[in-house]
Amino acid sequence: MSSGAAAAAAPATVWHEATIERIVRQTPRVKSFFLRTALRPHIAGQHVDVRLTAEDGYQAQRAYSIASAPGAVRLELAIEELEEGEVSPYFHEVAREGDTFEVRGPLGGHFIWGANDGGPLLLVGGGSGVAPLMAMVRERDHLARDVPLLLVYSSRTWEDVIFRDELLRLHDKRDGFDLVLVTTRGPRGREHDHERRLDIPLLGQILAAWGHEPRHAYICGADAFVESVARALVQGGIEAAKIRTERYGGPGK
Amino acid sequence: MPTRGFSGRRPSAPVAKRLPPGQYETDDFPVLAMGPTPDVDLATWRFTLHDGPRPLASYSWDEFEALPKTRWRGDIHCVTKWSKFDTEWEGVGIDDLFAAAGVTPPTPYLLARSYDGYDTNVPVADLVGGRAMVATRYAGAPLPAEHGGPARLLVPHLYFWKSAKWLQGLRFTARDEAGFWELRGYHIYGDPWREQRYTDDP
Repeated sequence: MSSGAAAAAAPATVWHEATIERIVRQTPRVKSFFLRTALRPHIAGQHVDVRLTAEDGYQAQRAYSIASAPGAVRLELAIEELEEGEVSPYFHEVAREGDTFEVRGPLGGHFIWGANDGGPLLLVGGGSGVAPLMAMVRERDHLARDVPLLLVYSSRTWEDVIFRDELLRLHDKRDGFDLVLVTTRGPRGREHDHERRLDIPLLGQILAAWGHEPRHAYICGADAFVESVARALVQGGIEAAKIRTERYGGPGK
Repeated sequence: MPTRGFSGRRPSAPVAKRLPPGQYETDDFPVLAMGPTPDVDLATWRFTLHDGPRPLASYSWDEFEALPKTRWRGDIHCVTKWSKFDTEWEGVGIDDLFAAAGVTPPTPYLLARSYDGYDTNVPVADLVGGRAMVATRYAGAPLPAEHGGPARLLVPHLYFWKSAKWLQGLRFTARDEAGFWELRGYHIYGDPWREQRYTDDP
């Protein structure tokens, strides 16, 4: 960390300047923003609050999950452009490299996972809800390859799979990271992926094929997706206390 | 310092007046919870008031439904930054609850406890005086499970994580004991108008 001891000691609630160092298009609707900031290190699953300020002082805030691994040099936010949005259109249509805005964090103390928490680890993501799960996938790859991890990730189409190349590359290592991609509105990309809704029977089938009993399960996505997956996992015999959820509800991301 | 090129989408003046700092209005009713929605069976549901470990009063669902009802209409504010206007709730006011139970609050603090193990602390002063209820109906219908049914706490003048879903009881505590989110980085009190989101916020 280049931020030094002073920044590391600052409370998470102080606003810091963030500079956009790089912008990478992930999918037709999602771009990753790599930020230079002096925030203290995060735990996988945490988020930051973002604050934009207009010329006349008007401000808008939104929360975005951190997709980068803990300890990564740049903080990565994967932001989906939402119609009717206020902050996401700024990121997609206005922001460019070198621009600055404010962030505070890292925030959140429940939807988090660190290498020391162990596994087996089950992650289920829908759409841009994969962002905090990606931080966990990367944390495991860096620090805990002995932990079996299954990521079940539902997208509309194969083109909408965020972090696709990186996920496929990690999966190809065959080192205990398993990946099942589900597409709800388009053909699957690989033999063992699925092109249908992620419902109870399909989840059951995927978990049976994985062959591990999850010690921790994390679900992130839209309200209805999280609700149905959480129910399916509970019905499938996973204790509710092992399941943590994070939901993206409402407009304005 | 202004963000280059950001103009924002300002709410109208009447909306802006009702929005605490950092909030935006939504028409949806987003769901937030730490885990799966628990299945709470009305046949075995009980609501209990405790003073520390000591039970003070306890109600079955039918007994609870027989208590006097109160209604409230107004705005709610979630720490995740959405606010929802003109929400309509019905339930048992905390003043009526304490009166029916013959309880004079023995301490100035309590923890609201939920069926899924969640808890959150609220000062008693923020629950009495017509400021809070145990809500059992939303928008004229039984409170849906995903929004905390059969019964949730409603303390609309604080961030909505204080309005514990799937409420099982209220426990008076000698000290102001931090609950679930309060132990995980969120503010001990949570006043949206002072933007008390996180532990270190003033």
